[in-house]
This record gives sequence, structure tokens and C-alpha cells, in this order.
Amino acid sequence: MPITKDTVKKISRLARISTNSKFEEEMIKDLNSIIKFVDQLNELNIDNIEPLSSVVNEDVTLRDDKIQKINFKDDILKNSPENNENYYVVPKVIE
Amino acid sequence: MSEITKFSLTEIVNNIKNKSVSCEEVINAYINRINRSKKLNCYIERNFEEAISKAKKLDKNSDKSKKLFGAPIAVKDLFCTKNLQTTASSKILRGFKPQYESTVTSNLWNQDAILLGKLNCDEFAMGSSNETSFFGNVINPYRIKSNLVPGGSSGGCSSAVAADLTVSTVGTDTGGSIRQPASFTGIVGLKPTYGRCSRWGIVAFASSLDQAGPMTKNVKDAALMLEVISGYDEKDSTSSKKNSENFLNNLSKNIKGIKIGIPKEYVVDGMSSEIQKLWEKGIEICKSLGCEIKNISLPHTKYALPTYYIIAPAEASSNLARYDGVRYGFRSNGKDLIEMYENTRAEGFGQEVKRRILIGTYVLSSGYYDAYYLKAQRVRNMIKKDFDNAYKEVDAILTPTTPSSAFEIGEKTNDPISMYLNDVFTVPANLAGLPGISIPAGYDKNNLPLGLQLIGKQFDEQKVLNISYALESEIKFKSSVKDWWINE
Repeated sequence: MPITKDTVKKISRLARISTNSKFEEEMIKDLNSIIKFVDQLNELNIDNIEPLSSVVNEDVTLRDDKIQKINFKDDILKNSPENNENYYVVPKVIE
Repeated sequence: MSEITKFSLTEIVNNIKNKSVSCEEVINAYINRINRSKKLNCYIERNFEEAISKAKKLDKNSDKSKKLFGAPIAVKDLFCTKNLQTTASSKILRGFKPQYESTVTSNLWNQDAILLGKLNCDEFAMGSSNETSFFGNVINPYRIKSNLVPGGSSGGCSSAVAADLTVSTVGTDTGGSIRQPASFTGIVGLKPTYGRCSRWGIVAFASSLDQAGPMTKNVKDAALMLEVISGYDEKDSTSSKKNSENFLNNLSKNIKGIKIGIPKEYVVDGMSSEIQKLWEKGIEICKSLGCEIKNISLPHTKYALPTYYIIAPAEASSNLARYDGVRYGFRSNGKDLIEMYENTRAEGFGQEVKRRILIGTYVLSSGYYDAYYLKAQRVRNMIKKDFDNAYKEVDAILTPTTPSSAFEIGEKTNDPISMYLNDVFTVPANLAGLPGISIPAGYDKNNLPLGLQLIGKQFDEQKVLNISYALESEIKFKSSVKDWWINE
């Protein structure tokens, strides 16, 4: 069982997801069964095999860095749970 | 009125163009049927007023030349639609109204299709049964005694096409999310080559695997839809520079001489004899049409799912980091910023999404990256090489789409692995970036549809469509959906 309560707490913190003991218990069970499933890959000899991060065969090009005049500011801010003037509002960060 | 919704996409566009029916009549027929089909839970956002006004406008239009003129189309709620709520079926995106339109859906509206609404799916496209949606599960129009899942993640799409609640749709497929639900509902579902369609404006799940594609009543419709939605987009750097093709005009049933591979590794434990028979029937039809059948081996097939369940959650954990309760959607409370993030994400994401974020975080975390993520990328290469080798001998590969027909709601929710096994035949094409299609091929003993899958070479969608077209006309699959859910 590589995934313990401490592991779940640690990765939940990294992923910014709050936990409670019920959630932790469920995740210990589920994540261990998933890890056991993916550990099948240990049967393979992967020496000398390059990792494949993309299946795209063409050159990936960047588009020209041209200025476009768009102004969605108000519309974009409208989607936020809380905003003020031109800013997103979040809980206080500085004491 | 009800006959209007029976037409295929190409039929409805032709009927509108030759004035045997108006755009407004078509839209009203669909709206009427959608309103009486709430039990299926396909639609999670409706765009009816806009749709009617666009239909009226199009009816006054003298230029009816566009390829999807007047076609009423709802899309998976993973596509950003300007000013229309887009949630990916997640609580965390509640209330989000994009200020832009995805490239794929823009391509539909540029051809004068009309947006009917947004279709339910698994939350962030993570699921194979549409049960992870915040808006509740979608019901399959096919049933035995109890209600069945429509497949997933594009379950609202598959159910809506099968139940005549949209004439065609676009879904997305990261590990089988177009093809598996298509198979469960007796429709056609095509996942194009990675890069064929732009991913811009699609809520991201696993960016190296995600691809949009059509879900339709028949192969002709899939060809037409693909030709409209595909093409280079400078806003997606992974989209191919290749132009879209005239998939519909080039559709041909002449498949003589095409070499079709049958991979021995796709015979899996627990697969029913009915599916085996259906596969054999598909092989016989291909032979009778002059195809050459070859037995092939894709030796690393059994490692595709474990590879997928490292790579997809890893990419998802990164993509979903943006949902922080600050810029859009749902926000919970917290005494400080970090606690607000943590509570927002704990309450805003459902269980399956959290499970995958945590797996992804784990396999990318310090000390585990090489053992999991890098190893999975190496195995992904082996899986792709299996296909490269196979395609030296054959032009396309024929397999079943799924190891079973649609299952009951709740049947697999307690065991993530048993749910993941649904995608055993579809995931390899995503890992290798290949086009794959599911076509309805018959029924099982419970009268539930079953699909056959064709996997092609990169950018060889035309051949995949042609073989499907030829098979379709021999199989003569007929929908047996009965309108049991209709509210009068």
C-alpha cells in the first residue's frame, strides 16, 4: 500500500484540495487500487525507449506576436465571483 | 412534426435548401421534442430563443449555400460558447459565460448551423457513463427493464442523437469519450487524428490526447461534420497545417483491395460471445467487399489503459489547476487565500475529478515523476510503435468498440478500475493520435446496440470513413429506440 493517509494529505495540499477523514479513507482505497493497476507497467523493459510526449509530427510553430485590439475587460470580470473596479477580490493576503 | 426530427443531417439540410421545410419549422420540431424529453437529462443549457430568431433570419436568407444551412445542433458542454453558460458539467464552472467561441463550434455556425443548447457530459469529460456530471446522469434511450447509462463522457451527445434531440453533435474524445457512448446508443462517433480539429476553446482535460469529433446518425453525416469542423487554427499550436478535405464528396463504398488488420490482443477476458460474433461478421463483410484480412499483433495493447491512467490524470491535474475560485465559476469561503482555494476545489469538484487530480499530482510529484510519468511516456511510445509496425502491413484495423453493451446506472460506480476497463479498445488510438470511428453493427440478446471500431493511419480519416460507409450499407443497422420517455 504505497499510498497512506499522510500521502493523501500531502498530495491534497499540493493540489489545493481540502480533505476530511472520510475523503482520506476513500482516497487511500481508490488511489492504491489505481496505483496497483498502473504498476503493470513495471513488467516491461523500457530501457532505450524514448519518452513520447506528443504525437504531432509537424513542426509546432508560434503565431506572429501581433497586437490585437480587443477589450473584454468588463465581460471577463463579470465572470468572477467577486471583483472591484478593475481587480479580482480575494481574501486578505497581507497582514 | 415528429418526422422532422427523424431526418439525418444531410437530409435535413437538403430539405431546407429545396424548401420542403423551413428552418423555423425544423427548430420548432426539435424544441418541442426536447421539451418533452427532459427525463433523458441530455440538455443542461437551452438556447431556444436565440435559435428561433436565427432560424427566422435564415428563412429570409436568399443564400442557402452553406454546408449546414439551418441544421439544429446542440454541442457537448465542453465547448466554450459565447455568452452561453459553459460548465463542463462541473459545479466549479457554475455561471461561467465565455466571452469567446471555440474554433470547432465557430466552424459550425459559420456554415449556418443553429445552436440548440449544451449537452450533459461527465464532469470535465472524466467518466465512461455520464454519472460523474454535476447535473445528474443522462439516460440511454435504449433500456431493458431499468435505465441504462448512455456511455461517456459524451453521454448527453450520444443520447441526444439516438433520441432525435439534435440532428448531429460534436463531442470530445480523450480515451474513448466519443466512440464508447456512440457504441452504447447505436450511433456513429468519430475521433479524428490528433491535430485534425482545433482544441482552442474546448475545456482542457488531457491536452496531448483531447480531440473533438462528430457524433451522428450515419457515416455520411460524420463525413460532412468532419469536413466542417476540421482544419488548421493558429490559436492551437498543435493543430495540423493540413487543410480540411471534402470527406463527404469523396465518400466511396468501393473498398476493394484495402488491407484490414485484426489484432489478436483485442480478444479480452470477459468479452461476450455476441461481441466476438459481431466482430467476425464485420470481418466477413469486409472480405465479401474485396478487402484483404490480415491477422496482426499490437503486443503492448494491455498496457494502454495503465499508461493512459498515468498520462491523462497528470495532464488533468495541471490543466485543472486554473480553477481557483478567483476568476470564474464557484467560490467557497476560507479564512485566507489558500484555504479559500482548498475549500473551493474540494466543494467544486466531484469525486472522480478529485481522484484523478490526486493521481496526477502523485505521479508528477517529486520522487515519482520518473517511476510513473516518464515511464508511461516511454510505454506510450511502444504503443505507438506497435501501430507504426502494423500499418506497414495494413491500411486500417477492425475491432469491437467496447467489451460490453450499455450497463445499468450505478453498476460500476463503486469500482473505478471496472469503469476504466470500458475504454480498453478505444484508449490506444488516443495514445497513438490515430483516427478511430465507432459504427453501430448490431444488437445483443437484450436488444442493446453494439459497435465496431475502425482505427486508421494518421490523417487517413477518408479511408476510415469509406470502410465505415461500405460496412454501414451492408449491416443496415436500424434504430429500435421507442419513445418511452416522452412527456405528452
